[in-house]
Amino acid sequence: MPQTDAEKKRKFRSARRMREIMTEYYIEAKTADQTGKKVAWITSGGPVEPLIAMDVIPVYPENYGAMIGASHMGGDLCAKAEALGYSTDLCSYARADIACALEDGGPIGGLPKPDMLVCCNNICGTVMKWYEIQARLYDVPLFIFDTPFCHVDFAEEARRYVRTQIDEYIGFLEGVCKKKFDFDRSMEVGRLSLKGQRLWQDVLDAAAYRPSPMTAFDAFFFLALIVTLRGTDKVVDFYTELLEEMKERVSQGISAVENERYRLLWDNLPVWYRLKWLSDTFAAHGACLVADTYTTAWCGSMKYIDENNFIDSMAEAYTRIYLNIGVDEMAKTIFAMIDKYEVDGLVMHSNRSCKPYSFGQYDIMRMVQEKKGIPCMMLESHMVDERSFSESQTLTRIDAFMEVIRQRGPRAGTAR
Amino acid sequence: MNILNEFIEVAGDPGAYARRIRASGRSVIGYYCSYAPEEIIHAAGLHPVRLFGTGGDSGIADRHLQAYCCSLVRGALAESLTGGLDYLEGTVFPHTCDSIQRLSDIWRLNTGHGFFADVVLPVKLTGESARQYLIDVLQRFKRDLESYFGLTVTEESLRSSIRTFNIIRSCLSEIYELKSRNPGILTGGELFSIVRASMVMDREVLRDRLQALLGELRERVTGRDGRGRRLMLVGNACNHPDVYDLIERSGGQVVWDDLCTGTRWFSGAIREEGDPVASIAERLFERQVCPSKHKSPTARGEHIAAQAREHGVEGVIFLYLKFCDPHSFDYPYLKGYLKDAGIPSMLLEIEDRLPPEGQILTRIETFIQMLVPGTGAAFTGASQTGREG
Repeated sequence: MPQTDAEKKRKFRSARRMREIMTEYYIEAKTADQTGKKVAWITSGGPVEPLIAMDVIPVYPENYGAMIGASHMGGDLCAKAEALGYSTDLCSYARADIACALEDGGPIGGLPKPDMLVCCNNICGTVMKWYEIQARLYDVPLFIFDTPFCHVDFAEEARRYVRTQIDEYIGFLEGVCKKKFDFDRSMEVGRLSLKGQRLWQDVLDAAAYRPSPMTAFDAFFFLALIVTLRGTDKVVDFYTELLEEMKERVSQGISAVENERYRLLWDNLPVWYRLKWLSDTFAAHGACLVADTYTTAWCGSMKYIDENNFIDSMAEAYTRIYLNIGVDEMAKTIFAMIDKYEVDGLVMHSNRSCKPYSFGQYDIMRMVQEKKGIPCMMLESHMVDERSFSESQTLTRIDAFMEVIRQRGPRAGTAR
Repeated sequence: MNILNEFIEVAGDPGAYARRIRASGRSVIGYYCSYAPEEIIHAAGLHPVRLFGTGGDSGIADRHLQAYCCSLVRGALAESLTGGLDYLEGTVFPHTCDSIQRLSDIWRLNTGHGFFADVVLPVKLTGESARQYLIDVLQRFKRDLESYFGLTVTEESLRSSIRTFNIIRSCLSEIYELKSRNPGILTGGELFSIVRASMVMDREVLRDRLQALLGELRERVTGRDGRGRRLMLVGNACNHPDVYDLIERSGGQVVWDDLCTGTRWFSGAIREEGDPVASIAERLFERQVCPSKHKSPTARGEHIAAQAREHGVEGVIFLYLKFCDPHSFDYPYLKGYLKDAGIPSMLLEIEDRLPPEGQILTRIETFIQMLVPGTGAAFTGASQTGREG
């Protein structure tokens, strides 16, 4: 079926550039053994800036997990991990990645082998177990950057502990790379990291316009750069362009969803193998998922960063990220997003792969209903294991939820 | 043995015992984790008690927790929400896994048991910064207790508590050793009750009872080698005394464990000299790790294989609660590690209730029957003859 002009207009021209950058990035990472650069596997919320400052190529098994999910390879790979004895209840990113590592399978023929592993547990305890597995498999040094959970606050002793670990981390990198850490370079990397985060927030903020020029599904796609190349000028340049495109779309009234009538907020990671289906299903109801808690997490702790003292302030910024805080704190972030993006409803993805993100959702849902009075729905999946997804059940829930939203009518917007 | 009956009674209804302590005017502080700083609670004149969650219906937890949450966490919340923990005057949540971490939030927002503290332990237990941080966290916990209850935890009371807990832990270790050398001395169910009651009883009473029990057990050593293949349990918290009975009926006997409600909880002594809080921290830092903590990528495999060899273990049963991520991630490697050490293993994944008896019995019997006679030969203890029986 040929695309209509409106559909063509809705496509992001930046998407192509984004694919090019990611391809270049993976080629560089996969040829590191020829260029003499070291490769570090690092968790998605990990402190990557010191790696960039040391010319180490950061590789993200979680980004790779998303790739596996989007290319519908998750089910097979997860099944392989299960055959090795890994429970089907475990994180599907981890299961898929473990299976890939053992057989060099998966998209792009597997990830380049790591020279070191950097695991920051600010997103979950799963990554620690996952990186222990890879440390045994590859027999390379493992650094655990331990960020104590902030149920209600960031305790003084935790602050000291995390700050000291930054020094230990730098010492670890100097040992593995056999060269001194360049603090001046790290200042520059820190500045670029913050600049990238600000631009990413500006991009996401464009969704506050009515109609929204983008959906959360677009954000899931464009997220890859702030995750993988944070601290480089590539991110800054790319998001500057993307922001320009957003502004154009806003000024030309190009909406991400045709005839946007309802605006929704998404919670938790995406269902990677059903992005398009979910996007289309909601769009068919005139609903645009304008924002999400997940992609916002990569710019949510900017307030703790001191541009002139990145290394020191990084301790707090990396500890107080969205997933490392209490349920009530998370709810506050959601309240603010509901107001900012003027949403009519909340869609919660109960993600069997991510317990720290999912347990507490029922409480948050009740708080949202009480404080904000908007309908909420929950759908369940394993984020990259498509075998766990029930399309018919999810469809029934979405239809029922949208019926409630429709009866209430769209929220009167004061939006930009 | 009357002492043994007392342990069995307390283990059968820990809540009733804790209620009696509460009625006597002492504040009861509960927790779900083997890393809870019991000595500090005890030194404050409060009564520390391990909670196990309701073994029954946890449906009320559905309002807060998805079905893919483990039965311990769901059962814990259910017990609180149904009023089963009305005797508590406080709860403490040491940081462990992702599920307990969120249970703490849900607990803080939905239950009311007076004092509440998160003890945000380091996750990695290596390196100087983590060692210092652990001390700092315990110091904070002590201050929190002091300010909430309006009391002072003196250095002398801490030292006294440390001595008491050292005796308790050394008694439990020795009882385990005796049972390993003379498996017939106690049934698995009896040993389970002793350990479970030890997490609940008044610690001074417990110290005296354990010493007395140990005296009696030492007398009973001869001719009680027991029968059955020598097995080790590895897993999280065990709330199922029936498992021991089923193993014994299948021709096995549990001679050692690496359980949260077993050796991981009571092993290791606290240094009685120096700063007491630092000494308490040191034991927690050095003890055998829970899989939600990091010591080294192979620490658990090395430890479990060494323990299995030391106790002449012929087979390992992994007894896991379903949906327990830290243990499930370790399973393939531990299984392989044991296999390399010549020790077969099986996995028994359970929820709040055991599977039907016939099913579980068949699985354990099958496992035990395939154990090759004469393995576990490194063990030279008194049970050699028993093993052949």
